[in-house]
Amino acid sequence: MELILEGIKKAFWLLFTFDPEVMGITLLSLKISGTATLVSLFLGVSVGTVVALNRFPGRRFVISLINTGMGLPPVVVGLFVTIFLWRNGPLGFLQVLYTPTAIIIAQAVIATPIIMGVSLAAIQKLPENMRLQILALGATRFQMIVILIKEARLPLLAAVMAGFGSVISEVGASIMVGGNIKGYTRVLTTATVMETSRGNFDVAIALGILLLLFSFIINAILTGVQQRERPR
Amino acid sequence: MSKINIHVALSVVAVFFLLCGSPLFAAQKNIILATTTSTQDSGLLDVLTPIFEKQTGFFLKTIAVGSGQAMAMGAKGEADVLLVHSPAAEKKFMEEGNGVSRRLVMHNDFVIVGPAADPAGIKGMKSAKEACAKIASTGSLFMSRGDNSGTHAKEQTLWKASGISPEGQKWYQQTGLGMGQTLNVAAEKKGYTLADRGTYLALKKNLGLPILVEGDSRLLNIYHVIEVSPKKFDRINAQGGRAFADFMVSDKVQKIIGTFGVDKFGSPLFFPDAGKDPKDLGL
Repeated sequence: MELILEGIKKAFWLLFTFDPEVMGITLLSLKISGTATLVSLFLGVSVGTVVALNRFPGRRFVISLINTGMGLPPVVVGLFVTIFLWRNGPLGFLQVLYTPTAIIIAQAVIATPIIMGVSLAAIQKLPENMRLQILALGATRFQMIVILIKEARLPLLAAVMAGFGSVISEVGASIMVGGNIKGYTRVLTTATVMETSRGNFDVAIALGILLLLFSFIINAILTGVQQRERPR
Repeated sequence: MSKINIHVALSVVAVFFLLCGSPLFAAQKNIILATTTSTQDSGLLDVLTPIFEKQTGFFLKTIAVGSGQAMAMGAKGEADVLLVHSPAAEKKFMEEGNGVSRRLVMHNDFVIVGPAADPAGIKGMKSAKEACAKIASTGSLFMSRGDNSGTHAKEQTLWKASGISPEGQKWYQQTGLGMGQTLNVAAEKKGYTLADRGTYLALKKNLGLPILVEGDSRLLNIYHVIEVSPKKFDRINAQGGRAFADFMVSDKVQKIIGTFGVDKFGSPLFFPDAGKDPKDLGL
């Protein structure tokens, strides 16, 4: 109990004194996971929309794949991304292993299926007649898609929150492809693991609290946006 | 009106992430150091890395894994320089032509730690081998790293010396974790374990696991720095590897190693050995 109180005290101390190392780690976590979420948002929504609006052979199989991908274990993603990015691996020439970019790639791989699956379901759920109506009013196909995405924005924002939440809290892939390098690829989760193994439980608890706090703030902003307009 | 607000809010979030995410690309001048968890968990590399980077202009990427994995990375050309403590495996690594040079850096020692109640009654024993035999004969819980690290390799030689094969025994459990975490597990489960003194001292305050056996020459823990050979793989940063290896055995760094931890623990965590004959250490 004493340890937990110490941790909470330490967390507020680190937060209010703007401890440069902790601030750096926190900012890096937000940058990396935010960028990964943006990449996933782009890929996920576009592929999700295409699959939702088209009928083609093997469609069910593709959807099953996407749904399976929503539960991709981060360590497995980390392992494969590491193998691909090794200097002597297929993508070794990029020289991005143990860089923030590598973490962004791994996290995007984790978050993309999540956003894809949710946006697919969201777009598909819109009434079929709506599409016909939009087209009948003279919209181009592209304009129709834009309207559909706008119409599905509430579940899409939920998808963003789910994607961001899964990558900012993920540790297995980040430590494998990033290497937990001080001041460079050390993010909140990997720092927490390291401080725990160093026996600095108070710092570990403090980092954990910061992680929760920032996840909460980001989600609160997105929820605010999502709930501003009541669904019709 | 509210619609505009949504767009404004969304763009603010998006721009925030974009701004944050921009200057993330930097390669060049990187050195990958694959090392054991003990050099990171003890905090030694946190002290040495900034000095090295300032002095040489290289960017050192430290990947803390077990010695076994560090050498596997070296053998695959995925690391430029290694700082490891698993002498038998290191010799094999060199014989296979994976390294350019292997130089002695420092040593400390391993200790056998366990619950204060000491159910196996090994406290104060002078022989690590006999202590292991006693842990086995009393069936007392022993937590092994089980991860091919230098510590794990040392532990295996101790079991071998005492003629016991612990694998699969009920009292013998493998954590598969780093030294710090294994010590924490041993503390929780009130088991014995073998630890390097550096990590042990760094974690001691929360553990409640006293040192029971120490001082046996078999418990010596020796660290070497190995430059990975660029012959097999052309992407090795041989120059950087050499710079780091030279740095580790330089007088300046050897002095830092010799005093590291004195302020915090009252005694150094590592003893500098550069340039010494390995035979003097009992190898």
